[in-house]
Amino acid sequence: MEVVESGIGELFCPVDPNGQRDYFRKNKSMALKSKVMSEHDAVSKFIKPGDYIGFELYGSVRCSMSIAREIARQKIGNLRMVGQGINEIDVLIAADLVDVLDQTYIGYEVHGISSILRRAVESGRIKVSEWSNAALVWRMRAAAMGQPFIAVRSMLGTDTFKYSAAKVVKDPFTGNKVCLLPASVLDVGIIHVHRCDEFGNCQIDGIKGFAPEMAKASKKLIISTEEIISTDEIRKYPDRTVIPYFFVDAIVHAPFGSHPGEMNYIYWRDEESISDWITAQKNEETTQEYMNKYVYGVKNNDEYLDLIGRDKLQNLKDICKGR
Amino acid sequence: MADEYNPNELLICLAARQMEDNTSAFVGTGIPMLAASLARKLYTPDLMTVFEFGGVGPILEDLPLAVGGSRTFYRALAALSIADVMDMAACGLIEYGFVGGAQVDMYGNLNTTVIGEQPNPKVRLPGSGGANDIGSACWRTIYIMPQDTKKFIPKVDFITTPGYLSGPGAREDAGLPPGSGPYRVITNLCVIGFDDETKRMKVLALNPGITKEQVIENTGFELLWAEPLEQNEPPTSEELRVLRDEVDKDKLYT
Repeated sequence: MEVVESGIGELFCPVDPNGQRDYFRKNKSMALKSKVMSEHDAVSKFIKPGDYIGFELYGSVRCSMSIAREIARQKIGNLRMVGQGINEIDVLIAADLVDVLDQTYIGYEVHGISSILRRAVESGRIKVSEWSNAALVWRMRAAAMGQPFIAVRSMLGTDTFKYSAAKVVKDPFTGNKVCLLPASVLDVGIIHVHRCDEFGNCQIDGIKGFAPEMAKASKKLIISTEEIISTDEIRKYPDRTVIPYFFVDAIVHAPFGSHPGEMNYIYWRDEESISDWITAQKNEETTQEYMNKYVYGVKNNDEYLDLIGRDKLQNLKDICKGR
Repeated sequence: MADEYNPNELLICLAARQMEDNTSAFVGTGIPMLAASLARKLYTPDLMTVFEFGGVGPILEDLPLAVGGSRTFYRALAALSIADVMDMAACGLIEYGFVGGAQVDMYGNLNTTVIGEQPNPKVRLPGSGGANDIGSACWRTIYIMPQDTKKFIPKVDFITTPGYLSGPGAREDAGLPPGSGPYRVITNLCVIGFDDETKRMKVLALNPGITKEQVIENTGFELLWAEPLEQNEPPTSEELRVLRDEVDKDKLYT
């Protein structure tokens, strides 16, 4: 297959399907052993400076915000990140821990563009490769399949392609051009789920986002969970297991772990806290004041939740629509 | 006397009138979602809405604030995944896609990534998100954006989402699915289509009270004009009532 065109964006995680296989064989144990630990231990044990990491879903919806704040507290830097990101990546950029970004969208939807990202990218502090939203997921799907790349028909003909690390080739079957996306194997994937057992068999209610792809594409997988349930419960409904235990390396019990984002069926997003954060982002000084108060100023997720206020959190549960 | 309405309400009503029933629409938060909801209530009851992160066929009782939020699959027909939804679009199952952006050219090439140069842009915008995928794979992509000479320009700083690229045949040459591409551009001034032959923007209808000169003044490139040039009806009392009382009860957008 002849390469017709190559994107000039940098490839931030090398394509290495054989390395991935070797890693999985050596490190993904089938032993049913408890992986429950504190957020401090999960982060310090499994995330290293310079790692290529990603969060699922994204900052305002079912996202491990508690783990993002813990990474910021431990100041694990020079991170390479992959993101549909909103809030969670902004927290790490504000903490000056991110060097490069495989990016598709950073913003706050109804609240507009991220000021933190703007400052970081416009000043040249962070290097960005561009991708479409589907591309980031498909790159993880390629890794989940143990393949070096996946052929798709997105990004073709655009600058999104030009500033990515994808390649265009002539498809040997039809003769048409297709876009080859390099597989992305994450050093660490971080996913927030509704419930799991102590071994890491995870259930997610509602839409699955890209959790199935990320779980299979991550060398190390940290799960934060609203609730830890018995393996007996898991075995009653095995069809509900979205991520089986052997992909999982660490489990952190994190009630309201997605705050200020929502957790479908359990709690609604905290619009007031989201607005406070977006207002604080407007300049660097108020951003750091916010970080001092809500990230560095607390020891862990429990203290953070106390700071937000238990009554307020209960209210977010009360106004959340069930099924 | 006609009912009063705000600029968003006009865009929502115009967008709601563009779609055919028994088809599918890939919608995001904001105006597209309101247009789809209004269309379902008044014109196209079996327009199936799909949200990027997996919500398929929701009732949209409350308006979502996030494309992955729970309201995108509240009482939906399926709660799937982003890969499932992108597969649908790639396989040709999604008729309409909605996009908007900071800059667009006469072929519908759209910029939501940077103003200025890449790298070290003057302004960093959010990036593609699903826009590139929508504009690549949906059969008919509808643009909703305000029209002025800063946004409607001869050459966009960055092509985030493909329109007809450099003109006729260019999408196919690039490998994009034949028969897909920009369909309508809905603005505060008019509704624009794309000329079959040249793939350039062609004004189909003027909004109430807007003149041809105003459209020309607010466009940075030469437009084609449909003959006859139609007039868009203002939002009807029925559209406004359903929009305000049922679609957007919490007054998030109206």
